[in-house]
Amino acid sequence: MLLVEAWQFIVAHPGRFFDALATHVALSAAALGLAIAIALPVGVLLADTRRAALVAITAANIGRTLPSLAVLALVMPVLGTGFVPSLFALTLLALPPILINTVTALQQVDADMVDAARGMGMTRAQIMRKVELPVAMPVIFAGIRTAAVQVVSGAVLAAYIGGGGLGDFITSGIAMMALPQLLVGAIPATLLAIGADRLFGHLQKILTPAGMRPR
Amino acid sequence: MKWLRNNWDQVAIALGEHIVISFTSVAIAFAMSLAIGIWAARNERVFRWAIAVSGFLYTIPTLAFLALLIPIVGLGRVNAIICMVAFSLMIMIRNVATGIREVPVEVVDAARGMGMHPFEILTKIELPLALPVIVAGLRIATVTVISVAVVAAYINAGGLGTLIFNGISNDFAPKIWAGALTSCALAVAADLSLAKVEGWLRHRAA
Amino acid sequence: MIEIRGLVKQFPGAAHPAVDHLTLSVSEGEVCVLIGPSGCGKTTTMRMINRMVEPDAGSIMVAGRDVMQTDPVSLRRSIGYVIQQVGLFPHWSIADNIATVPKLLGWDAARIATRVDELLDLIGMEPATFRSRFPRELSGGQKQRVGVARALAADPPVMLMDEPFGAIDPITRARLQDEFLRILRGLKKTIVFVTHDIDEALKMGDRIAILRDGALVQYATPEAILARPANPFVESFVGTDRALKRLALIRADGALESLGAAVPVHAIGARANLRDALALMFEIDIDTLAVTGPDGAVLGAITLAGIRAHTRSVDGTNR
Repeated sequence: MLLVEAWQFIVAHPGRFFDALATHVALSAAALGLAIAIALPVGVLLADTRRAALVAITAANIGRTLPSLAVLALVMPVLGTGFVPSLFALTLLALPPILINTVTALQQVDADMVDAARGMGMTRAQIMRKVELPVAMPVIFAGIRTAAVQVVSGAVLAAYIGGGGLGDFITSGIAMMALPQLLVGAIPATLLAIGADRLFGHLQKILTPAGMRPR
Repeated sequence: MKWLRNNWDQVAIALGEHIVISFTSVAIAFAMSLAIGIWAARNERVFRWAIAVSGFLYTIPTLAFLALLIPIVGLGRVNAIICMVAFSLMIMIRNVATGIREVPVEVVDAARGMGMHPFEILTKIELPLALPVIVAGLRIATVTVISVAVVAAYINAGGLGTLIFNGISNDFAPKIWAGALTSCALAVAADLSLAKVEGWLRHRAA
Repeated sequence: MIEIRGLVKQFPGAAHPAVDHLTLSVSEGEVCVLIGPSGCGKTTTMRMINRMVEPDAGSIMVAGRDVMQTDPVSLRRSIGYVIQQVGLFPHWSIADNIATVPKLLGWDAARIATRVDELLDLIGMEPATFRSRFPRELSGGQKQRVGVARALAADPPVMLMDEPFGAIDPITRARLQDEFLRILRGLKKTIVFVTHDIDEALKMGDRIAILRDGALVQYATPEAILARPANPFVESFVGTDRALKRLALIRADGALESLGAAVPVHAIGARANLRDALALMFEIDIDTLAVTGPDGAVLGAITLAGIRAHTRSVDGTNR
């Protein structure tokens, strides 16, 4: 059966497979990490200013609608092919969900809570660190989770601009009409995406402050 | 650019193909999701199952999904449309069901108590009030489908992706620009117009 | 007009029936209040009259028709229905909301429009202003009034009202209760009114049915319930101040005594009740008040002794 053939392919080419897998994971992790490092602080800074936040959210919303492959392709004429351009494109794709969720979550923190904290003498930074961020964390993390899945999915497409990863097996599988190779790319990629979703879902639960977890 | 001016018909054809497969998929999914969504709104088990499956299917990478369908339906438009309908169904069933369930209980109770038939309640009260949420789902589905259609060009489904892939393999930047930018423009245009509709509906049913 | 016999409702998994062999009848034009502690079955009973809840046993006859033999949808179109949260349709204008049942019944547009304006006038909301407004633009009290108008639209002979004024603030509630009583005066409607507020029950009801654990404990006029509570439960339910509550049911001009030699210095309006008169007497520290009509003419007097006598009288309900 096809699955068996796919398995045999992996067994026959372990180096290629694990190389692709490693690249895929590295691309995804790096892109996600970069996106968090950029979008979180920006989101925190912007959450207070109404207009800047609105502009950022509008831009991010537009960014969110752009087809992933289009973004990857647009990077190519500018930055060429390979790991770094793919990383760049994937980071861009991961920014919108994190930014939108961070800004929205912080804006939706109960104003009364912040007022109480101020009244008790907390500084702006302390309020952000001790009250707003923890309370907003569940929604922020949901954004990170969405971005994670998007990045793992996008990394599959990175194959088209020479980024490597599991997408390579899919593209060569289609080009050569070799169905087992197709599956060698498709199934692990799917598992990775589902795995990332589960992982971040779990992290989301852990990072939600105990008092706020749904009972 | 120069290439675009001379070859705008190529782009137009690709755009036309893209719109056709996208629209077809969303239309099919919309009809199906209305029926299934109404059922899920009434039935707790179906609702939970629908949410769970939709969450799962939505995380599958686009290219992987298309690839997984190849052993079953081969290449081409059918493959692409199945994939796009699947993604759309998942989002829209959830939105139809949630939208109907979010209609305030007392509004449905009042309608029933005043003597509306269940069918009248569905068509005059529940669906109109659920419309903003349904359109929100339609909006996400449309954008998703446009994005999938770009990739689907690789499995011979046509559309704007053909320009991109062509441009990449021939290292011809203008084609890449044309394909990528047009698909972005299409996605943004669809999103913005549906967002307008959604906003108008929300205001009306507040 | 409404005959309930041996009505039973048991919800699956519940230890006791929600409604336990209830028998009571409501005469035409009467306001019957169902009251009792939480879980006594008052709302369930009301909702069985229009089959929003299906009875397990017993019968309900409305205007001589067995509700179980009538199609639920047409039954409900002939009964007015008002609930606590109102349930106005947010996507329809006030006019469309009020016109709901007439439209379902197929009235023509002109008749509907006239009726809508008539009802808006009746509830004290200027038709030209409110006809095309939307529920979200209204206050709580206004929404509730529109809910009542909506229930009256097709002029049903029977109305069911489930804590209609429960979600309103006390001041607006008192005003809405007065308005509703005023509206009722001109119409001949049979009303089943559910509440948990004993003061509302005493004010609104021609007869009050006190329910407990699904069973009828006492069914009598407000006066009778206050004067002769059937058992300790009813006694504690109506409150320890029932003597004062009874006084509140009697109007000053229903308890006039002859003026003495001198007209008392302080006066109270004829429409005020004896409890208010008593309160005034305590406040000023006197024991006689003159009772004046709307034009200021002195109609008679009331004394502290006279008021006391009323707490012992058997009749004398006057509104």
